[in-house]
Amino acid sequence: MPRSLLIISRQSPWSGPSAREALDVVLAGGAFDLPVGLLFLDDGVFQLAAKQDARALQQKDLSANLQALPMFGVEDLFVCGDSAAERGLDPKVLSLEEAQVLSAGEITALIDRYDQVITL
Amino acid sequence: MKFAIALFSAAHAPSSRRALLFAQAALAGGHEIVRLFFYQDGVYNASGSLVTPQDELDLPRQWRSFVTEHRLDGVVCIAAALRRGVLNAEEAGRYQREAVAVAAPWELSGLGQLHDAVQDADRLICFGGA
Repeated sequence: MPRSLLIISRQSPWSGPSAREALDVVLAGGAFDLPVGLLFLDDGVFQLAAKQDARALQQKDLSANLQALPMFGVEDLFVCGDSAAERGLDPKVLSLEEAQVLSAGEITALIDRYDQVITL
Repeated sequence: MKFAIALFSAAHAPSSRRALLFAQAALAGGHEIVRLFFYQDGVYNASGSLVTPQDELDLPRQWRSFVTEHRLDGVVCIAAALRRGVLNAEEAGRYQREAVAVAAPWELSGLGQLHDAVQDADRLICFGGA
């Protein structure tokens, strides 16, 4: 059985290439049919803020790539509810509907379930 | 034990130094390193273009000697390297750039190599992530 890998994405989408590069690891895993999960934690939850205008920053929009995750076979998507609440984001209106909102305790259990973890 | 080591921080970062020390200790302890994978700013550790002051640690050089001496599989993520201008001769030619920063023992390859290493190793050890 293939080893499972959880990618924890902790950076906001416009603070550099980190968020995109974390997503690329996830998409590559999905392309190889590997059991990968993605958790948005800390500033990473800003990637899910609705109605962002990437063009105003002369950047490419990351949210279109995020929406493609289920198409790449990545369905294990999680978001830290506390991180969202601390940043004034309502977990109910995040741009990735498939993402499950987890409490801190649930995140501990989530990390435990995966064989390997990468935090970016 | 079989280790895969992923490095995400630039050559001047303390975590990059720790990664090398860990890798050296792993081999000294009789363990195997199935692959080193440099991603994000970690690609700078494979750059031959860095110039370190003489009285400071030249980490890219140390990595290069370490990988060469132990014939390790040292992979630099090609997408991360292109973004940061850390090109080998082939990519410099492909994109018509003058500066070539990476050569053997490093190989430029895709993220599939990271996933492959994760599957192959008992443990993935990451340095310099967020």
